[in-house]
Amino acid sequence: MPLLEVRNMTHYFGGLRAVNNYNLAVEPGQVRGLIGPNGAGKTTIFNLITGVYHPTEGKIFLEGENITKLETNQIADRGLGRTFQNLRLWRYLSVLDHVKMARYSKLTYGLTGAFFGTPKRVREEKATDALAMELLELVGIPHLADQIVTNLPYGAQRRVELARALATEPKVLFLDEPTAGMNPEELIQMMDIVRRVHREIGMAIFLIEHRMKVVMELCEMIQTLNFGEVIAEGTPEEIRNDPQVIEAYLGKEVVI
Amino acid sequence: MTTISTPLPTTRQRIRTTLSRLWRPYRSVPLLGWLLAALVSVGLEQLVGLPLARTLGMSKIPALFGADVALSKPALIPGVVLFLSLIYILPIGIVARFTAPFTNKVAAKLVSYPLIITAVIHLLLIYAVLAIWCDISDYRVLVARLAMIAIILTLSLNVVNGYMGEFSCSHPGFMALGAYVASVFTLVLFVSENQFGEALLPPGLGPFIFPLTLILGGVVAAVGALLVAIPSFRTRGDYLAIISLAFMFIVKSMFENLEIVGGARGISNQPNYASLPVVFVWTVLAIWIINNFVRSTMGKALNAVRDGELAANAMTVDTRKTKMAAFLFAAFWAGVAGGLFAHVLRYINPDSFGIRKLAEVLAMVYFGGLNSVTGSIVGAVGLTLISEALRPLEIYKWIIIPMMLILIMIFRPTGLIAFTEFNVERLFHPKDKASEGAEDATA
Repeated sequence: MPLLEVRNMTHYFGGLRAVNNYNLAVEPGQVRGLIGPNGAGKTTIFNLITGVYHPTEGKIFLEGENITKLETNQIADRGLGRTFQNLRLWRYLSVLDHVKMARYSKLTYGLTGAFFGTPKRVREEKATDALAMELLELVGIPHLADQIVTNLPYGAQRRVELARALATEPKVLFLDEPTAGMNPEELIQMMDIVRRVHREIGMAIFLIEHRMKVVMELCEMIQTLNFGEVIAEGTPEEIRNDPQVIEAYLGKEVVI
Repeated sequence: MTTISTPLPTTRQRIRTTLSRLWRPYRSVPLLGWLLAALVSVGLEQLVGLPLARTLGMSKIPALFGADVALSKPALIPGVVLFLSLIYILPIGIVARFTAPFTNKVAAKLVSYPLIITAVIHLLLIYAVLAIWCDISDYRVLVARLAMIAIILTLSLNVVNGYMGEFSCSHPGFMALGAYVASVFTLVLFVSENQFGEALLPPGLGPFIFPLTLILGGVVAAVGALLVAIPSFRTRGDYLAIISLAFMFIVKSMFENLEIVGGARGISNQPNYASLPVVFVWTVLAIWIINNFVRSTMGKALNAVRDGELAANAMTVDTRKTKMAAFLFAAFWAGVAGGLFAHVLRYINPDSFGIRKLAEVLAMVYFGGLNSVTGSIVGAVGLTLISEALRPLEIYKWIIIPMMLILIMIFRPTGLIAFTEFNVERLFHPKDKASEGAEDATA
């Protein structure tokens, strides 16, 4: 049984069919890629699986459990962590608070603890602090813990997003264009971090990427999407040589 | 021959450097030092205030730092200034500065004890200062209690409008629910000879049951909040503002038409249970609990919901539950504030909880600063004092206060002290160099 399975998922925005008969099976520890031209529906697929939208048709299973109808926060709690294409950080919170926030559903002190500052809350907050610091170390920004995110450079903000997603203890980590807008140096650092995270935690990773270099180097399996449909699926080598993929990206060869 | 000319400092710069030079020794005064100085000052006022005020031509000690006297009889302004300097500014300045080495040492020792002991000692000192200051006149007692109730109200509204980033207008409604419920209970149970008939319980029990009636008022307010929250939290934006405004008017006209609670005439003769210490304890409790909440990860989830609900959801935050809990929590404290308010004034009518009250609380929140406990305290106390002090100006008061608000909005759009965390522990710390070094070493 695959860790995450999507069966025959179709989604309409009004009359527009954004995703058509999409299937996915992610095995534990696998690194998968999703590529495709702009507007192909990649982020929509992420949003559908993570519960931001509910699919018009089809079912999604995580470890055999049907999560199609669950809310985003419940799905996240069950083990689908994600980052966003355009950073969605919280303006006035510190880096440490960002990572701690992702532990929300794992905190058990409840409102009583929040109101009265019970010993249980002190203990849990302290443990969460320690865990958050560990994750910040993993992504290489422990020295920024007390900074407000809006003051940070772009590359560091991306790392905050990654650390925050990791704090939800994902079984499958969804990365939506983790290197978007990065310069070549930041890009290489980010790839290193993703590899390190995968090696040390070992969760499955599902990523959307535009840069071929990143997908080809990181992923074991790649799906190519065009107009909401998977047009090719295979290893990086197969994808690179697939005529349909080349056509979707570069256009048809015209014989004069 | 060349000369190197340094630009002469402007008057403004000169004033600034002089001020900072004057202020420098006070940077190392801990909270304990300020409290000790304030204690000396109010003690001095108690002992020599009246003779001094008489010598300076005033009939009694100026109630609110002389503003009332100065505004109604401008000829007495020099006397007021002299009085303020001799009683408040000089003693506080001298005592705070010259006891600093001693108070720092004590503060350093206190920090090593559990937080609760340090907090209680500081609170006792604050209460002592307040009680001695209030001992001068009943008017001061009233103003102090109203200011503290304003603190509870402002803090609770800040949870919704500041921390959660929604715009709620229903606080006077919640306050009215709390005020009426608490009033009806104390009147029915402990007061004879009114519209509710004979007292059901011996009046001696009253002060002990009073906290329960306040809590009950708060709970009823929270139930009211549920009615607002269910329809309006389905979406974001202006809906909550509109629905909550409607709720406020519904509550007001409901009490206007309920003859059993006096209709538009309201209820009077509430027993005098909300004395200075009672209000003080409730205020401390409210500050403590609300500050606890907003500093926890559960409370910070409100900020996450405000600044990016989608991301909050994706990070396992149950946004619906968080918003609901915070809104009901805020309404609860508004209800408690209403109950206290009713027993301070000992007379309420539906008009006390209308649009004027709303404007007042909103002004306090935005004046003091969004997303900040300290800001709310400053805003509530500041606006209460200003509005009382400007009373002699009568109608012009309502020109000056809005003008101040406009200025605040221009120069500090989020309020005086916005987006800060109120760290109680750090507040109690000693402030001198030696202990700062020690702090760094342990950290």
